[in-house]
Amino acid sequence: MARTAANALARRRWSRLRAHRTLTAWGFLLGPLLLFGVIFLFPAFRVVHLSTLQSQLFRPEAFVGFGNYQRLFEDPLFWKSLRITAIWSIGVVPAVIAIALPLALVLNTQWLKAKGLWRLVFFLPVVTNIVAAAFVWRWLFDPQFGVVNYGLGLLGLPRPAWLAVPGWALAAMMIVAVWKQVGQAMVLFLAGLQTIPKEFEEAAAIDGANPWQMFRHVTLPLLNPTIVFVAAILLINAFRVFTIPFVMSAGGLTHRTVGGPLDSTRLYVLHLYDWTFSRFDFGYGAATAVVLLVVVVTLTLVQTKLLSRPFEY
Amino acid sequence: MVSGRLTRLTARTLVYGLLIVFGIVMVVPFLWMFSASFKPLAEVIRVPPTWIPENVTLTNYQVVWIEFRFFRYFANSVIVAMVTVLFVLTTSSMAGYALAKFDFGGKDVIFILILSSLMVPFQTRLIPLYQLTTGLGLADTLAGVIFPWIVDAFGIYLMRQFIMSIPSDLIEAARIDGAGELRIFLQIVIPLVRPALSALAILTLVVNWEEFLWPLVITSSDASRTLPVGLQSFAEQYAANTHWQMAGASIAILPLIVVFLIFQRHFIRGIAMTGLK
Repeated sequence: MARTAANALARRRWSRLRAHRTLTAWGFLLGPLLLFGVIFLFPAFRVVHLSTLQSQLFRPEAFVGFGNYQRLFEDPLFWKSLRITAIWSIGVVPAVIAIALPLALVLNTQWLKAKGLWRLVFFLPVVTNIVAAAFVWRWLFDPQFGVVNYGLGLLGLPRPAWLAVPGWALAAMMIVAVWKQVGQAMVLFLAGLQTIPKEFEEAAAIDGANPWQMFRHVTLPLLNPTIVFVAAILLINAFRVFTIPFVMSAGGLTHRTVGGPLDSTRLYVLHLYDWTFSRFDFGYGAATAVVLLVVVVTLTLVQTKLLSRPFEY
Repeated sequence: MVSGRLTRLTARTLVYGLLIVFGIVMVVPFLWMFSASFKPLAEVIRVPPTWIPENVTLTNYQVVWIEFRFFRYFANSVIVAMVTVLFVLTTSSMAGYALAKFDFGGKDVIFILILSSLMVPFQTRLIPLYQLTTGLGLADTLAGVIFPWIVDAFGIYLMRQFIMSIPSDLIEAARIDGAGELRIFLQIVIPLVRPALSALAILTLVVNWEEFLWPLVITSSDASRTLPVGLQSFAEQYAANTHWQMAGASIAILPLIVVFLIFQRHFIRGIAMTGLK
């Protein structure tokens, strides 16, 4: 009798303790979770819902099913913006890696002097306000007074009109995107290099490997996960980029010609922005946003899949 | 052997040469901007450019700061950044603690929701957030500019990971000693995750200081414009006044660079730790 009573008491105390713990947990979680629901969950579901509605200025809201998607896929400008984003990715992603990876390798050596200075120089754009920087670059690329063309002139090279002409405008903006992102990739590569055990390189050195062989057969395979990670971040960034093309295209001066000249710099989010906030077609904009979501989720899952492959040391 | 040393010397010289060339490309925009911000317009557009201004003047800063109300944009940016960082640190560490150190029903579902929301880009949530903020009457207010950033799924995830590494015995021992739950959180957990908090603060600051798309769509007057959109709206009206634009750009760029130079180590560690979204 006494034992069961004691047991019951202990059990009751234990369950009260558990209740108290749960209450405490919710005390910490409830506020942030409510905000998370309002700011993350609700918009993510609402945008899918909105994409099935006709939601335009001065028109009643109505269900249209896949109507917005149909309009989107029949819109040549949507395909053009995807093409431009693809060109942007193909240019910017390899360029950033091709500069940042050797940079990190060099910064990781023993013999390089003034490492802090080099790191500072290449990292500075990462903490630089990109709107302000885009304005500066706009002037650097000025066909007449710009420093870029002045420099090209000194080297005896042709001096394009950069932002004023289709083709060159996108190239100019891609240069700015590379400039802005090299430092971030460099830091990530450096962090990746530091996880490689020194023994591997020492063993390779004893076997008489030259620096190239060392890089090709030791460092590069071990750095593979970092390269995939950096490439994925850069690729996703390419689909989300807005500020550089907005400020540097004519859209920076009049919202009506966003992505100019002649839509040659109409990157994906500019297309979304144009339909949503210049033409106030929220349903169409939402469909564009959902397609963006699908692209980004796919890229993320592919990256996760690649990285979860078993790794052999 | 001698030829080996020679090729190594050439290789290293080549490396330094490339570093210098690329390094110059990296800093030219800064040099040109600072230099132009102290010049009269006529000198700004001169070819070849002068790197050290011949006629140093502070008028550009004066004009931009007072007449074009950059003091307002600056104050707005500082307020938005500070409030956002404060909110993100608070909400992230609270939720992260609950998810790391407590057991309760639904915990796994909540964590999976937070984890999967990391994949959803802000641009996807933009339109509903715009409608929501406008509906709440927060359009063109500082509260509206701050609103979508006061909780950060990535921050919650980061803090959860770090708080997990704190030994639970430490927390249990404090409970046995009779410490209150809030006290345990503030005096035991928080001090132990300070490196993660400073990384999160830095990351939030960098991203928030240059945020452009959201304030662009939600603000419509100087009362709530932050520096990036202030700069933009100014340029729309005074496109040809490069000298003023460069003073404005310097005002937008300098504060974070100063903060960066002071906390350089933390910055780089923070970016390496979090990957910068």
